[in-house]
Amino acid sequence: MHSTITNHADAAINFNLDEPRVDWHDKTLWFIREKRDLASHAIPEWEQLREYASQIKNNVLSNLSQYLQDFEEKAKANGVIVHWAADAAEHNQIVHSILKKHQIDRMVKSKSMLTEECGLNEYLEHNGVEVIDTDLGERIVQLAQEPPSHIVLPCIHWKKEEIGELFHKHLGTKKGASDPKYLTAAAREHLRETFLTRRAALTGVNFAIAETGEFVVSTNEGNADMGAHLADVHIACMGIEKIIPKQAHLGVFLRLLARSATGQPITTYSSHFKKPQPHQEVHIVLVDNGRSVHLGKEDFRNSLKCIRCAACMNTCPVYRRSGGHSYHNAVAGPIGSILTPNFDMRANKDLPFASTLCGSCSNVCPVKIDIHDQLYKWRQVLMKEGLGPTTKNASMKMMGWVLSKPALYDISGKAARMVLKYTPFVVSNKLNPWYKQREMPAPPKESFKEWYKKNRG
Amino acid sequence: MVSGDLKLRIKNLKRYEVSSRDNILKEVLKNQPVDRALPVIDIPVTTTPLEWIEALKVRLDLLHVTVHEVTDYAAIKTILQQEAIPQERTVTTIAELGDVSVYIENVKEDAHSLEDVDLAIIPAHFGVAENGAMWVTESLIQYRVLPFITQQLAIVVNKKDIVYNMHQAYERIAGTQYDFGVFIAGPSKTADIEQSLVLGAHGPKGLTIFLLD
Repeated sequence: MHSTITNHADAAINFNLDEPRVDWHDKTLWFIREKRDLASHAIPEWEQLREYASQIKNNVLSNLSQYLQDFEEKAKANGVIVHWAADAAEHNQIVHSILKKHQIDRMVKSKSMLTEECGLNEYLEHNGVEVIDTDLGERIVQLAQEPPSHIVLPCIHWKKEEIGELFHKHLGTKKGASDPKYLTAAAREHLRETFLTRRAALTGVNFAIAETGEFVVSTNEGNADMGAHLADVHIACMGIEKIIPKQAHLGVFLRLLARSATGQPITTYSSHFKKPQPHQEVHIVLVDNGRSVHLGKEDFRNSLKCIRCAACMNTCPVYRRSGGHSYHNAVAGPIGSILTPNFDMRANKDLPFASTLCGSCSNVCPVKIDIHDQLYKWRQVLMKEGLGPTTKNASMKMMGWVLSKPALYDISGKAARMVLKYTPFVVSNKLNPWYKQREMPAPPKESFKEWYKKNRG
Repeated sequence: MVSGDLKLRIKNLKRYEVSSRDNILKEVLKNQPVDRALPVIDIPVTTTPLEWIEALKVRLDLLHVTVHEVTDYAAIKTILQQEAIPQERTVTTIAELGDVSVYIENVKEDAHSLEDVDLAIIPAHFGVAENGAMWVTESLIQYRVLPFITQQLAIVVNKKDIVYNMHQAYERIAGTQYDFGVFIAGPSKTADIEQSLVLGAHGPKGLTIFLLD
């Protein structure tokens, strides 16, 4: 089911082979977008909150160096061990070294997109450490040996019958069973046993507060808490941009996050971790992995404001009809398409083109990231660097030449209308990408110029 | 020789970490934009505390929470005794309920020993009307894992301790001391399988809230 194609358009073609399934995927995500609308419209001050969140995040980016030091100082005073990782490799080494120190070779993990970005699971497994993802959706894709396709809803692309089959194979559930209640109960039993027997737990971080040194983790399932509170060692991994200045700012962000993500007014659990339990070690790993360089790019730094709600994915007509795996990165959709080129422009050169630039992403973003503007700006950078799609290069040059010569333009227009009228198969064939999933329009009898001369001239 | 080699490796690792910290901070300082001011957050609340309680009840209903409005602890005990199943392990961190369940005064055992708790009854500092969240800190529950590991959870909160929104909530939290704190809004849940809501993903399958006069 999971493909390894690293070009969005090609992967999207594969995804679109099964049309009813694409329709189902599209509708499922639109349903979540509608829930987001209901939740946000119920708050009269919604736009004010977005503006506050945007301003707070702008302040964070402009004072990040100081806030990171404040956070480190406060966290240390709280008894937490703070680590700094320049890149994914160092992050993975730090996590592994903590586990080695405690002679731990089995760990539970709650959702962390950062560890997906760093490839932590593969690294640890390669080094003989078993990692079990405990978020239900993440456990499902882990059993299927796939990455998540969505940052909030990791297995949104899976049907319940397929999950039933997967659980039958791995967890011994009844063959043919597909009732979500039954399957969830089976996963609960399986993971409860896991929680009770693991000595180390890794969690992500939604917000880290410079003022107090605490960090907040939001879940609906309670899996982060089950793991962290029962473990001797709790490791929390975060990108350096996850800092917010003050505890009071949580009021703004927790009101926005779940409403934007799933349409809930808040997640079931918003856990504030400040000090370790007696006899427990808590580690925080602050990860750069390209973020400090990204911060220096004026046109693109705003994407570091992201709080990972996925509202931009749920609303995106391209994401909904191409699926998360088409973006070949831990973070997919519009936000992934502007984040990942900062990290590796060549490997992700296809992504800024995986958009219609409709702007819906920017309209729903709770921290007001100019997502579609950045997609457009990335296209300009990529074309300048010679990394744009080659088919566009040739046709754009041709277009430029034709548009610069009025007589040639008139003749070309006439020729195109003739072609559409008398030999439609010339354009209505599989070689023309615009013909896929579309009918070509009926050609007008005359050009606007001809019509204008006749009627107004 | 082996231990010497190991010492050297640890020393190198430490140096790596120290320099990563300094390099990251240096790079961030170099690249961060000019200072942008923090906003002054001003979201006025126009409704009254009585309306907040009504809003809270509506919200809790949407969250599949069972709500009981009670006048005193005796009323809570009556409800608990009516619904109690004899063989169940019921614990509480509320002294007043010590005669209908096992009172946990402080941490005595390993937290894993709570794995077979059927019902835990805990207090909350306050509740938030807009989202149904109850603010609970470690000192109220003794064991951090208690409200998560139990099969069923009950929370007792005073009606006078209801605020309307999260801004008021953090005004109340400001300056208070806690090692761990959590907002709990409803029972544990998931919709990861085809967006079908299922209660009791890993934590409690059900939540009861007693609103105390």
